[in-house]
Amino acid sequence: MDEQPLALVLFSGTDDKLNAAAVMTAGAAALGRPVHVFLQYWALDAFRADRIRNDHGLAPEAGEQGAAAVNALRAAGQAPWYETMAQAKELGGVEIQACSLSMDILGIEATDLDPLVDGVEGVTAFYLNAGDGQMMFI
Amino acid sequence: MTTQAIHSTVDTKGLACPMPIVKTAQHVKTVPSGALVEILSTDPGSVKDFAAWTRSTGNSLVEQSTDGGVYRFVIQRA
Repeated sequence: MDEQPLALVLFSGTDDKLNAAAVMTAGAAALGRPVHVFLQYWALDAFRADRIRNDHGLAPEAGEQGAAAVNALRAAGQAPWYETMAQAKELGGVEIQACSLSMDILGIEATDLDPLVDGVEGVTAFYLNAGDGQMMFI
Repeated sequence: MTTQAIHSTVDTKGLACPMPIVKTAQHVKTVPSGALVEILSTDPGSVKDFAAWTRSTGNSLVEQSTDGGVYRFVIQRA
């Protein structure tokens, strides 16, 4: 049994990077690993309840060809990243916290966030709760 | 080979990584210990994923086959 915790810091708010993050989260959750997700800046902005289902665009390196490939996968019925995140949370062990500094910078209130987000915390609390596991920044 | 009946099937055909594993992990939690669960997938990555997932979670991969682009796995819950 591998139950080493995983800490994921999400910074980027484009759909491709959020999807990559959702895949990493769901995969770890399926293995029974606790996952601590910390939302900063543009990733946090994408988790606003009234924006989460919006088109958040793609990272610049996607280019036209990359965008076409991503759109084709979408059209083929690939689950959007927020649904993959919801499935990961259903498996258990996944906690999503909003960075309190990013909340201040972007003028976001806790009530503005999608219910996928469990709470708001500072970076120190995040480090302590995340424990000694691997950390990824996306 | 096993003569035990399949308890239930998880059809993940058409779903991309990591959903075949996620759906399976969700379902396997609901079946009794020792039950056989059949999984159908069209994701080529699922071959290595199911091998790794069963090894890590302690469940057993008891059968595996491919038929026309559909991967079939039978897992026994630990």
